[in-house]
Amino acid sequence: MSSAAIFILDVKGKVLISRNYRGDIDMGVIEKFMPLLMDKEEEGNVTPILQTGEATFAYIKHNNLYIVSITKMNANIALVFAFLHKLVQVMVEYFKELEEESIRDNFVIIYELMDELLDFGYPQTTDSKILQEFITQEGHKLEIAPRPPMAVTNAVSWRSEGIKYRKNEVFLDVIESVNLLANANGHILRSEIVGAIKMRVYLSGMPELRLGLNDKVLFESTGRGKSKSVELEDVKFHQCVRLSRFEVDRTISFIPPDGEFELMSYRLNTHVKPLIWIESVIERHAHSRVEYMVKAKSQFKRRSTANNVEIVIPVPGDADSPKFKTGIGSVKYAPEQSAIIWTIKSFPGGKEYLMRAHFGLPSVEGEDSEGRPPIQVKFEIPYFTTSGIQVRYLKIIEKSGYQALPWVRYITQNGDYQLRTN
Amino acid sequence: MTDAKYFTTTKKGEIFELKSELNSDKKEKKREAVKKVIASMTVGKDVSALFPDVVNCMQTDNLELKKLVYLYLMNYAKSQPDMAIMAVNTFVKDCEDPNPLIRALAVRTMGCIRVDKITEYLCEPLRKCLKDEDPYVRKTAAVCVAKLYDINAQLVEDQGFLEQLKELLSDSNPMVVANAVAALSEINESSPSGVPLVEMNAPTINKLLTALNECTEWGQVFILDSLSNYNPKDEREAQSICERITPRLAHANAAVVLSAVKVLMKYMEMISDTEFVSVLTRKLAPPLVTLLSSEPEVQYVALRNINLIVQKRPDILKHEMKVFFVKYNDPIYVKLEKLDIMIRLASQANIAQVLSELKEYATEVDVDFVRKAVRAIGRCAIKVEQSAERCVATLLDLIQTKVNYVVQEAIVVIKDIFRKYPNKYESIISTLCENLDTLDEPEARASMIWIIGEYAERIDNADELLESFLEGFADENSQVQLQLLTAIVKLFLKRPADTQELVQQVLSLATQDSDNPDLRDRGYIYWRLLSTDPAAAKEVVLAEKPLISEETDLLEPTLLDELICHIASLASVYHKPPSAFVEGRSGLRKILPASTRLDMKKMEGSGDAQPAVIPSQDSLIIGDLLSMDINPPQVMQQSAPAASYSGPDLLGGGLDALLDVGAPSAPSAPLGPPSIPSNPATGGLLGDIFGLSSSPSTYTSPKTLWLPAVKGKGLEISGTFSRRNGQIYMDMTFTNKAMQPMSGFAIQFNKNSFGLIPGQPLQVPTPLTPNQPCDVSLPMNTTGPVQKMEPLNNLQVAVKNNVDVLYFACLIPMNVLFAEDGQMDKRVFLQTWKDIPTQNEVQYSINNVSANSDAVVQKMQQNNVFTIAKRNVEGQDMLYQSLKLTNNVWVLAEVKIPPSSNNCTVSLSIKSIAVDVAGGVYAAYEGILRS
Repeated sequence: MSSAAIFILDVKGKVLISRNYRGDIDMGVIEKFMPLLMDKEEEGNVTPILQTGEATFAYIKHNNLYIVSITKMNANIALVFAFLHKLVQVMVEYFKELEEESIRDNFVIIYELMDELLDFGYPQTTDSKILQEFITQEGHKLEIAPRPPMAVTNAVSWRSEGIKYRKNEVFLDVIESVNLLANANGHILRSEIVGAIKMRVYLSGMPELRLGLNDKVLFESTGRGKSKSVELEDVKFHQCVRLSRFEVDRTISFIPPDGEFELMSYRLNTHVKPLIWIESVIERHAHSRVEYMVKAKSQFKRRSTANNVEIVIPVPGDADSPKFKTGIGSVKYAPEQSAIIWTIKSFPGGKEYLMRAHFGLPSVEGEDSEGRPPIQVKFEIPYFTTSGIQVRYLKIIEKSGYQALPWVRYITQNGDYQLRTN
Repeated sequence: MTDAKYFTTTKKGEIFELKSELNSDKKEKKREAVKKVIASMTVGKDVSALFPDVVNCMQTDNLELKKLVYLYLMNYAKSQPDMAIMAVNTFVKDCEDPNPLIRALAVRTMGCIRVDKITEYLCEPLRKCLKDEDPYVRKTAAVCVAKLYDINAQLVEDQGFLEQLKELLSDSNPMVVANAVAALSEINESSPSGVPLVEMNAPTINKLLTALNECTEWGQVFILDSLSNYNPKDEREAQSICERITPRLAHANAAVVLSAVKVLMKYMEMISDTEFVSVLTRKLAPPLVTLLSSEPEVQYVALRNINLIVQKRPDILKHEMKVFFVKYNDPIYVKLEKLDIMIRLASQANIAQVLSELKEYATEVDVDFVRKAVRAIGRCAIKVEQSAERCVATLLDLIQTKVNYVVQEAIVVIKDIFRKYPNKYESIISTLCENLDTLDEPEARASMIWIIGEYAERIDNADELLESFLEGFADENSQVQLQLLTAIVKLFLKRPADTQELVQQVLSLATQDSDNPDLRDRGYIYWRLLSTDPAAAKEVVLAEKPLISEETDLLEPTLLDELICHIASLASVYHKPPSAFVEGRSGLRKILPASTRLDMKKMEGSGDAQPAVIPSQDSLIIGDLLSMDINPPQVMQQSAPAASYSGPDLLGGGLDALLDVGAPSAPSAPLGPPSIPSNPATGGLLGDIFGLSSSPSTYTSPKTLWLPAVKGKGLEISGTFSRRNGQIYMDMTFTNKAMQPMSGFAIQFNKNSFGLIPGQPLQVPTPLTPNQPCDVSLPMNTTGPVQKMEPLNNLQVAVKNNVDVLYFACLIPMNVLFAEDGQMDKRVFLQTWKDIPTQNEVQYSINNVSANSDAVVQKMQQNNVFTIAKRNVEGQDMLYQSLKLTNNVWVLAEVKIPPSSNNCTVSLSIKSIAVDVAGGVYAAYEGILRS
C-alpha cells in the first residue's frame, strides 16, 4: 500500500541511511535514482515521482538531502508525500537540523525512529512529543526499560497524561499571510489570505479547550448575523480538533498537544486593496542601460505600520554599475539574486515612497534569454488582520479547576506576493 | 558525544576485532561493538560474517541494544537462513515479555524476517499477540498478519488469522482498528482470485466510521481507503456514509482530504438526490483549492487528481479558474499541470482572463512550458468559439516574436483552427508563409504543408513553396513525406494546368524511391485514381473533412471511472490503471458503482454526437487518408469509443468512396465487397466487414415476450439474442399497444455477469405509431462492468420512452457468448481436462435428439463449439469439444452419441473452472441440437 523502503541520500545520491520495510524490493535499486533524476532534469520534465521498470520513487528534498520512498505497488501517494514531510519534521524536532552530519551523529536513534514511524510501509506514531517519551537520546542510561506511552494508542494520541505546569498559560498567534498576484497592467489576478492560528500551550493535565471566532456561518446560525464577522472559505484543523463537532455546530473544541502547534488554518479570497502596492516603470535601452522607477504605496489604515518591508526588484543578470536614489530606507544590489532590494524598516499606512535605480548593460547581449521574474514584497504588520478575524474567547476547562490565561496576538505578513513587470 | 565515532574504524582485521569485542564479557564493550557493526552496515559494508556473534547479544535487558540486534537480523537473516533459526527462541520469549514495548518489537521484527522456517514459529506468538491486553501490541500484531500473508498466504488462511483480524475491526481501540483495516485491505487487494477474502458489511462499516473520529491521521487514511472499496447496498447508506465522511475535508493532512474526496466522488455516483449531490459538490471545491497551498509534491499529486475530477464532474471547480494561474516560482511540474487544468476549465465566461495569462506564459523562458502555453491557446480557440478570433490574433502576435519554437507550435495549432473554422482566418496564410524557412520540426513542417495544400488555390506561389520542400524529400520525416504527397495531389487537382510535372515528380518519389510501405501505397492509390478518374479523385482527396472535437486528451470514460476509484494513489498520478505498472497482482478492477438513476440524457446526447466527430490531433486519427497525417497513429485503449468511431470513418469517408468510385484494380482484397453500408455508429463494424464470410447460420432461439404491454405502459417488447459475424445482437420487436405514438427511446442494462452493454444507442424509428410492430437489432459489447447475477445469464434491462422508464429482465442464451476463437489446442485440451477437478464436472442428458455425430460436429461448429477429438468406444461416438465464452472462460465438453441416430439420448458432460456456467451451456447445447 505504501512505502516498501525509505532512503535518505546525500546530494550526490549516496545512501546515508535506509530502512527496508517490506522486503519485497532489491535495495540496490536506489542506485538508479540519481541517474534517473539527472536524466529527467536534463530533459526538463522532472516530477517528484520517478518510475523505473520495477518500482516507483517518490522523493522530497530537504537541506541537500533527498528523502526517497520506493514502492512497487499502487501506493497511496498522497499519504507517502505527507509522510515524508512528517518524517523530516520529526527528525528536525529531534535533532534541530536534519543534515548529513546529524544523521551520522544519531544513526542509532534514527533507526529506532524509523522502526516506530512506519511498520510494513504503514505510518504509525509520528508525533515527536509522544515519541520522545519512549525513544530518547539517552536510551542506554535508562535502567528501567521504557514502556509505550498511553498516548500511542489512545484516542488522544497527541498528548500524554500527567503534564504539570506551575503557571498555566496559553499563547495564541493569529498570523495572516497575504498572497497576491498582479499583472503588469496593475490588474489584480488573485488575492487571497491564508491564515493560521498557532498556539503555545503550557497547561497541566488534560484540558478541554473551546475557541470562539467571529465566524460568519456560526454568527448567522446563532442569529448574530449583523455583528462583524468573517466568512472563512476553507478551514483545516490539527488532528486534535473534533471535526464532526465542527461540522455540526461550528464549535472548535479540542484537547491540545503540549507546547507549540498549529491549531488551524483558513483561506479566504479578499477584494480589499493590496496592502502594499508597487508601481514600476522600467526603461530598457538595449546594449546601454536600464532605468527603474519604483513607487511603493501603503494602502492600510494610518494607525498601523508595516515593519521590515523588503521590495525585491529583479534586474538583468548582466547588469552592472548600479546607482540608486531614494528618499527613505536603503537600497542594495544583490547580484547573486539578480535583484535590487529596497528595505524600509518602518512603513506607516497611507504613505507613498519613491526609488530610482540605474544600471549599465553590456553592449554584447548574452545568449540565454532571461525570464521576467515578478517584483516580490515582504512585510509584517503587527496588531492587524486583513480579514478582520477575531478570537472572541478561549475557554479552558480542566478537572482540577485551575485558572489559565490566554494571550492573543495578531499579525499580517506577506505570503506569495508577486507583481509582474513589463 | 555523538554516534559519529562508530564510523571510524581501524582498518586492519576489522571483522576479527569486532568479533572479539562482541564476545566480550563487558556489557559496555559489547554494546559499543554492536553499534560499530550497525555503523558498518549503514555505510554498506558486508558484516554478515558476524551473524552468530551478533545474535548472541540478542538476549539482553538493554532495549537499545536489543533493537540494534533485531535490525541486524532483519538485514541479514535472509542471507543466513539456517543461523537465523538461532534467534527464534529469543523472539518467542520476547513475545511474552512483561513489557509491551518488547512484545511488540518482537512480533514486529519476526514478521520482517522473510525466512520460511522462522515463519512457522511465528504463528503461536502472533496468535497471542493478536489478543494481547495492550493495544500497542495488538496494533503491531494486526500489521504482522499482513506481513505473514505476503510470505505465506496459505498459512494465514489455514491458521485462522483472517478471522482474528476481522475481529480486531471491532476492537475498542481506534488505532488497532485502523491497522487491522490496513492489513485487511492489503490482503484483499493481493488475493490471487481477485475476490476479496474478507467482505465488509454494514455493521463493520459503522464501526470503522466510529473509529474514524478517534484514530491518528494515518489511521484515518487507512479507514477512508478501505471505505472506498466498499459498495453501499443502497442510496440511503451511501448518503449516510457521505455525511459522516464530509468533516474529514477539514483535516490539515492532505492525504486525509484526498482519501475523503475519493470516497465522496465514488459514492456520489449512487446518489440520485440532486440537492444532496449539489451540496456535496459545493463542499468539495474549497478543500481541493486549499491543497494548492501545500508542499509542491503534494500540489502535484493534487493537480493530477483534480485533472480527473474536472473531467468527471466539471461543475465542482468551474468557478475556480484563478487558483490555477501559474506563479513564477512554481516548480515546472506544477506549472504544466496547472496549464492543463486551465484549459479544461476554460469557458466563454473566463476566456478573456485565460487568454491573457496564456499570452504571458508564452513569453517565459522554460521551453516546454512555453510550447504548452502556445498549444493551449489553440485549444482555447477550438473549445470556445467566441474566442477564436482573439486566439488567432494572439497567435499571430506570438509568431511575430520569431522565437523559433513558439512559431512552430503556433503553426501546428493554427492548422487545427483552420480545420475547425473553415473559410474564416485564411487571410493570415501569408504571414505564416513568411516563416517557412524557420520550421525545422516535422510536426510544424507537416502542418504548414497541409495548410499550403488545403488552400493552394489562394496561395499564388503554392507550387513553388511545395516544390521547395520536395528538394529534400528523401530526408524528411515520413509524416512530412505523406503530407507533402497529399498536398501536391491537392494542388494538382486545384490547378492542374501548371503542376503536372510536380505531381509526377512526387508520385514517382513516393512509389519508386521510398521503402516506406505507407507512402508507397498511398502514392499508388493516388496515381491510379488520377489516371483512371480525376473527377473521382477530386471527390476523394478534396472531400469534406470530419469535424475536430472540442476536447482533446480526454480520458476514455471507463478508464476515467476506474481512476476515480484510485484517487490519491499512484494510478491517479500516472493516469493509468494499476495493472499497467504493478507487477503480478491480478486484483479486481475497481469500478464506480452504476448510477441508480438512468442517465438517459447522457445516452441521448452521446447518440447525437457520434456521427463524424473525431478527436483532433492529440488523440488518434485513423481516418486519415484524406489529409491529416500530423500524428503517427497510436495504440488506443481497446474499449475507447473514440477509436471505434474513427475506425469506421476510415471506411465511410475514405476507402468506401474510393471503392464506390469504381477503381477496378484497387487493392481491395481484404476489405470485402465495396457495397457494405457504412454505419459510423457501431463499434463492431470492422468485425462486420471482415467477418462476412463466416457462417451465417448460428442458432437463435425464437423471440419470447419480455415486457407485456400491461407492465410496459402500453409498450410490448419481445425479443431474443443472436450472434452474427462475431457480434452479439439483442433482436427485439417493439409494439405500441397504446393509443398515442411513442418516441424518445433509449436503453440501458444493469451490471451483469458478462459485462454486456449496448454497443450503440437504441434506434427505434420514431414516432412508434400504435399497433405497428417494429424490429430493432441492438449490437452489444462485452466491455461493461461485471457483476455476478442469479441466474448467471440474467440481464436486467431498462427501456425509456416518452412515457416512462420501464424495467424487465431476460435470460441470455449462452450460445451467443461463444467466441469465435474457442478452438483449443489438442494437447492443451488434454491437460486442461485433467487439471479441472472432477467436482467441476456436470453431467446432463438430452433426450429425443435426431442426429449423428457428423451432424453434431457441424451444427456445433456453426455455433463456435469446436470439436477437438472424436473417438468411438463400444459403438458410441465420443466427441470432445471446447468453447470459450466472451469473458475468456473456457468450457470443455464430452458428448456421447449412441449409434442409433433417431430419437436417441445424447449424454453431455461439461467441465469448466467456473462450474457455474454449466447449466447455461447445457441449455445452449440443447437448443442448438434440437434446432
